[in-house]
Amino acid sequence: MWQWFHKLGSPRWFYQISGRVLPWLALASVVLIVSGAVWGLGFAPEDARQGNSFRIIYIHVPASFLALAGYYVMAVAGAVGMIWKMKLADMVMVAAAPLGAALTFIALFTGAVWGKPTWGTYWIWDARITSMLVLLFLYIGIIALSRSFSTRETSARACAILALVGTVNIPIIYKSVDWWYTLHQPATIKLTGAPSMHPDMFKPLLVMILGFYCFYALVLLLNTRTEILQRESRTTWVKQLAQSK
Amino acid sequence: MSSQPLLEFQALTFERDDWPLFSDLSGTIKAGEILQITGPNGCGKTTLLQVLATIQPVNRGTLRWLGNNIAQCLQQYLAIIAFIGHKPGLKLSLTPRENLQWLAKLQPLTRCTSAEALARIGLAGFEDVPCYTLSAGQLRRAALAALCMTQATLWFLDEPLTALDVEGIANLEALLLEHVAKGGAVVLSSHQPLVNPLVRTLALDTMAEAGL
Amino acid sequence: MMTLSGAFFGVIRRDLSIALRHRGDLLNPLFFFLIVVTLVPLGISPEPARLAAMAPGMIWISALLATLLALDNLFRADFTDGSLVQLMLSPQPLWLLVLAKIIAHWLVTGLPVVLFSPLLGLMLSLPEAGFLPLLLGLILGTAVFSLLGAVGAALTVALHKGSVLLSLLVMPLYVPVLIFGTSAVQRAVDGVSYGGVMAMLAAASAFTLLVAPFAAAGALKVGING
Repeated sequence: MWQWFHKLGSPRWFYQISGRVLPWLALASVVLIVSGAVWGLGFAPEDARQGNSFRIIYIHVPASFLALAGYYVMAVAGAVGMIWKMKLADMVMVAAAPLGAALTFIALFTGAVWGKPTWGTYWIWDARITSMLVLLFLYIGIIALSRSFSTRETSARACAILALVGTVNIPIIYKSVDWWYTLHQPATIKLTGAPSMHPDMFKPLLVMILGFYCFYALVLLLNTRTEILQRESRTTWVKQLAQSK
Repeated sequence: MSSQPLLEFQALTFERDDWPLFSDLSGTIKAGEILQITGPNGCGKTTLLQVLATIQPVNRGTLRWLGNNIAQCLQQYLAIIAFIGHKPGLKLSLTPRENLQWLAKLQPLTRCTSAEALARIGLAGFEDVPCYTLSAGQLRRAALAALCMTQATLWFLDEPLTALDVEGIANLEALLLEHVAKGGAVVLSSHQPLVNPLVRTLALDTMAEAGL
Repeated sequence: MMTLSGAFFGVIRRDLSIALRHRGDLLNPLFFFLIVVTLVPLGISPEPARLAAMAPGMIWISALLATLLALDNLFRADFTDGSLVQLMLSPQPLWLLVLAKIIAHWLVTGLPVVLFSPLLGLMLSLPEAGFLPLLLGLILGTAVFSLLGAVGAALTVALHKGSVLLSLLVMPLYVPVLIFGTSAVQRAVDGVSYGGVMAMLAAASAFTLLVAPFAAAGALKVGING
């Protein structure tokens, strides 16, 4: 077990193994996302109240899922890097931050686009949207911090600490924002609840969520591989790799 | 003197983004020794002192104090070391006496009172003036006064001669000799050679080249 | 000579006496607080009813900004003159010394803001029922601001552009406190019981008090090598 763990910590070994997984992951994400999108956008029934505009959930919901999950991926990678001094985990953390921020932005953007036909405005201070916005700020903080240090190791440690503090805070932030929203909720705006969703609408969503997970893993791997090559650029195996191509 | 080295460092490597500042540096510091680290600017003298004083973490290698790994006995180790860096560590709005009294609450500075220490280092009469009125050399002396008071056996001094006048240097050398005569040890970095037979030097540039 | 309580109170006393010797700096966050709140009627409306509606939120946000402004110097001055390293080389537990610095910092930045807040409540026509929860909430809230902010201040201690970055890092973490704090005042003004909200705020500060000093101590060890 421990041998495996340390082997995984070797960037070179990880680079080689991940290279073999990449094509499959790419294939899975393309198949899942394309079929989910065609199914969801073309064949799923129209929503009784929102019409066709509801179909943006096929992007909005998976992106929101992964935006939050991505923060935990980042925090766990940071913690592993800090506790076991594993360089690879640091690299995963660095790779996860911009990806998570991008997904958070997509979730916010699609939410705004969805909001226009549904609520008549691009932006409302809905609990979920507000939490997403705070999450985006947390990501931006991590990215800004990681770019401020002169050495990568210090930067990784600092970001790991901030990500862990953020992780402890996220549930509190989400709860408090939820509670805040119930206090101020205007009577005219009511969300169409997700549980009432028709199974025919729900199945393509499930496919899309799976597809997004695969896509997330794919991009995270690609980002991490780039990070590995940058950091290990002076080692012999990277030099050989560069020459062989 | 005991044969057990006070401090032992094995295969120390310190890297900044995978560029080694020094690598595979090994050595010992025994009681009664003054070790002077020499080398050109930027070769890692300050970093090595900071690593030995546990201010900076090492990338690879071990530090042992009396045979114990320092990671396991950090609190005890901190109680027997004194460190004086480039920056004097004094609050300019406080007086030398107040600064030393604050430090005495945090570190084992119990050998004498702050007034005695300041007199010894040549700052008698300046105990109660704010530090911002002191010159650079006087500030350096006020920082070094902590050495008169400390119970620590292992001293780390980063460029302690900076800004000191002839009298100040003589005072400091006397202090160092007294310390090692009692079984303490000193690691210091300096460009200027110390006129002292007890000093052993560690030239960092050649070590770093050997490591590379 | 070197005892745990001696070190703890030594750090507090020293930081307080330094603050007292720079009395001018002490007042700056207060004036900042006052000026921001003055801008509200100028920017929105002098009408008491509208001001009263905004008062809880505006006072809380200004208090947040005022403490944030002073936060950057929590460790930076000590880092610049080298005394932070001496503090960290103490054999005493670092989290305790960090907590002492946070307490001293709160006494000179958070507490004055708290004591000043009723005056600003008057200026913004805050209804009478809101004053007590405003005071209580700000006592707890500014403590959380200082505690959580210390983690950010420790991480950015060696960075040159620390101040803006620090605000970016810690402001999102202040969201729950701001929500609980303003709602407590709002509920009191509306004549609803605010005990539950205040309890949540108290729980949040107790939790932060338990965790933040350790996180800040760890952050300092990383941050000084920035």
